[in-house]
Amino acid sequence: MNYAAQLAMTLPEVVLSLGALALMLVAAWSGPNATRAISWAAVAVLAGACVALVGPATSGGSAFDGMYRADAFAGFAKTLIYVAAAVAILLAPGFFQRTAGDDLRPEYPVLILLSAVGMGIMVSAADLLTLYVGLELQSLAAYVLASFMRRDARSAEAGLKYFVLGALASGILLYGISLVYGFTGSTLFDEIAGAYAAAPLAGSTKSLGLMFGLVFVFAGLAFKISAVPFHMWTPDVYEGAPTPVTAFFATAPKVAAVGLALRVAITAMGPAAEQWRQIVIFAALASILLGAVAAIGQQNIKRLLAYSSINNVGFALIGLAAGTPEGVAAVLAYMAIYIAMTLGSFLVVLQMRDTDGQPIETIASLSGLSRTRPALAFGLAVFMFSLAGIPPLFGFYAKFAVFYAAVQAGLFPLAVFGIAFSVIGAYYYLRVVKTMYFDEPAGEYGPGDRLEGGLIVATAAIVSPLGYLAIPLLTAWTMAAAKALF
Amino acid sequence: MNGFPILSVMLLVPALAAVACLFLGASQARWLALGATLVNLALGALLWLNFDIGGAQWQFVEHHEHVFGLFGWSLGIDGFALLLIELSVFLMPICIGASWEAIEMRVPEYMSLFLFTEVLMIGTFAAQDLFLFYIFFEAGLIPMYLIIGIWGGANRIYASYKFFLYTLLGSVVMFIAMLYMSIVAGTTSIPALMAYDFPPHVQTWLWLAFFASFAVKMPMWPVHTWLPDAHVQAPTAGSVILAGVLLKLGGYGFLRFSLPMFPEASAQLTWLVFALSAVAVIYTSLVALVQSDMKKLIAYSSVAHMAIVTIGLFAFNTQGIEGAMMVMLGHGLVSGALFLCVGVIYDRLHTREISRYGGLAINMPRYAALFMLFTMASVGLPGTSNFVGELLSLMGTYQVSTTITLLCTTGIILGAAYMLYLYRRVVFGELKSDDVRAMPDLSSREMWLLAPIAAVVLWMGVYPESFLAPMRKDTQTLLARIDRAKPAGDSLPTKGTGIVPAAHAETAAHGEAH
Repeated sequence: MNYAAQLAMTLPEVVLSLGALALMLVAAWSGPNATRAISWAAVAVLAGACVALVGPATSGGSAFDGMYRADAFAGFAKTLIYVAAAVAILLAPGFFQRTAGDDLRPEYPVLILLSAVGMGIMVSAADLLTLYVGLELQSLAAYVLASFMRRDARSAEAGLKYFVLGALASGILLYGISLVYGFTGSTLFDEIAGAYAAAPLAGSTKSLGLMFGLVFVFAGLAFKISAVPFHMWTPDVYEGAPTPVTAFFATAPKVAAVGLALRVAITAMGPAAEQWRQIVIFAALASILLGAVAAIGQQNIKRLLAYSSINNVGFALIGLAAGTPEGVAAVLAYMAIYIAMTLGSFLVVLQMRDTDGQPIETIASLSGLSRTRPALAFGLAVFMFSLAGIPPLFGFYAKFAVFYAAVQAGLFPLAVFGIAFSVIGAYYYLRVVKTMYFDEPAGEYGPGDRLEGGLIVATAAIVSPLGYLAIPLLTAWTMAAAKALF
Repeated sequence: MNGFPILSVMLLVPALAAVACLFLGASQARWLALGATLVNLALGALLWLNFDIGGAQWQFVEHHEHVFGLFGWSLGIDGFALLLIELSVFLMPICIGASWEAIEMRVPEYMSLFLFTEVLMIGTFAAQDLFLFYIFFEAGLIPMYLIIGIWGGANRIYASYKFFLYTLLGSVVMFIAMLYMSIVAGTTSIPALMAYDFPPHVQTWLWLAFFASFAVKMPMWPVHTWLPDAHVQAPTAGSVILAGVLLKLGGYGFLRFSLPMFPEASAQLTWLVFALSAVAVIYTSLVALVQSDMKKLIAYSSVAHMAIVTIGLFAFNTQGIEGAMMVMLGHGLVSGALFLCVGVIYDRLHTREISRYGGLAINMPRYAALFMLFTMASVGLPGTSNFVGELLSLMGTYQVSTTITLLCTTGIILGAAYMLYLYRRVVFGELKSDDVRAMPDLSSREMWLLAPIAAVVLWMGVYPESFLAPMRKDTQTLLARIDRAKPAGDSLPTKGTGIVPAAHAETAAHGEAH
């Protein structure tokens, strides 16, 4: 295959890379004053990458000797990633301008663009090495973003924590990759799948090695999607990182890591589904339970949302445990809806600031918000009920889809326990609603921002019952994406 | 009614009004809510007039399959659903009226939530799609949680959490069962599932999953404990809608899902329903007897009345099922009215302590008369709505289990005891304190709230045929479906010789009256 055709398949990454490099030069010469312009330019680059997804990039072909897959699955995941990245860029200038410290810097959108390149490669990877390169590119940008508020000790701490634990996770993953390579003789997903299919069931050294490789790869991936028991970095990083960065971490890299896990599980290790299903089921139930129980005592809204993201990853993993095309489609639908709910919640968190514009993060400060800022309180209530999965909000459909897949695959105990644990989760979402609606008003927040307000309205509209009208479209798209893996 | 989507319109009117209320001031929101609920009442009347009694099983059907992917927008009603929708639209304007002066704080939100509740109640009864039903059924938690939590009494936050989490836990297991059913049967249509035969051993599991939800909603002993808390803390109108309509969702669920979809399991587990109901009748009646809080007393009496509903439903015969429906309708009206009566004096004295009152017959004669009527109706005096239902329900149960009937009939005696005891303490005796003496009699607004209910209570008691007719054919359809699993009765009635047996004479009498 000629290079032109292969580059056409990777056009979104090409657009993003060139855009990021160009903007970096602009940033270097024009300085902090150009931050807003560069942010909008970065959003335009992301939009361009979205457009570039149409055509060869989602044609289902593979490029570079099978190391890169340009299929509908990657297309769907990339769309979500680019949208979430664009929102994260738009949120930042206002936030950094308001907060203390000279943090409004033009490198921020550039880093997000580079991270988006890494994430695009993650969801397109069809080879363990492509996977690793994509993951590291994404992570490196993310470490810097976490500590973007240089004068804030919590932000620096978050960056360091994220780096150390991320490096540990990469090490575990790389160890697993080396085992898999050693026992299968290849890093290409298709050939690994062949080796797993041909491996003797039990007893031999080879099957033991393959099993170890699988366990380490899944442990590394669990770190990246912050599933229990590898979740411990999440609350600290989410709390310490600047809020727009947290909103970014909770959405785009999550989609990328989940997409990566799906592709590895289904295409590379599909024949060993019986083996990894146990791991996934444990991680799913443990994440749902711990995400729910640990969130109850939280006083900080960002920590609460961190546990909420752990909880939600658990639900998404239920779809993966099913291991069917319907299950994968359900996970993708879940992630799409999850992004809308999470971005919405963080948009509201951004509104939590005192009259000087300094961020407030305590849940107690939301007290009586329904009387001081009714529209904002209504928005957050919608996101909270939706995250809890209460109909008629759209978050219910996300849970509907994954549980449908699990029941279809005959995983009844998983479905019953998963949904029973979701009731525990409902408690802490209700607590936020209770604080806003039942308690007496506390101090007022500073005035809102038109852009952020508009984004809240948009995300709330997606999460509202109106979202149900999009189900046929969403189902068709996610099913097409899921079929690309099988 | 050809082609006019009346059910969708009945959902749309309050839904639009609910959104509009949020943008209005207090007074405008009140009038808009009243207007919207009255429009729905008119639509409800139109619905009843156009309902073809004895016609097709499902009427006013609207099918838009797969608009939501795996499930669709399908609505349609039979006789049971019709009657419960009528009950909902009838009580809604009364609820709005009851909140006219009692609610002063955050009126637009309050009215909006009530209208939203109305949408969900009508939707639950009209849904013909499994998941559409679930969405309407479960979504009702949100407005009730907020209504109890924002406008409730002193302990409202505890009550609102308890209400929400209790009922949610009950429902989620049912959701998994619904997923299983839709996958195995390959359809989400409720009429199709009502004709689908699941293997008996699967039925047992599915039945238990549905039971978990409906038993909590009903509520049945021992999962009834959320109800007294929710009722006591909720504002008056919240209690009315909770007792009047939301408790009926459990009974409706048994009627629509448990019985026709899992007949074998229903027969097999009848003992469980009967045992829990018998305990509930005796235990909660005794608990009601010692309450010092008026609302709590009525809440416990609701649990006892709902137990009469469940035994009737699982009697597997005409009298039992029709009786259960009549108790549901009667209880919806009477307990709603009783909560309004409590609300009337609560608005004046701001306490629900029974011992603070006394001698109201002297300064509030009109109130005393109406309260008397509803007390008697709650007791099940002939000529009132509850008599018809309780008698039919117990007669139906007698054919299956004499013991359970005997135990549950004590509920009527105990019911008379606690209701009359309540009435005596509140209305009779001397006027004890000056603030009670200063209480004015019913205002014309309050008369307008209570008089329509009183009229319907008497109508149901004197001429129940109006309410029995729409569901007669549906009862027979249901019985034809579940007859194969009918459990053997222990009363062993023998065929009479020439003399019409008592059970038939009752129904025959209704037939002749018609």
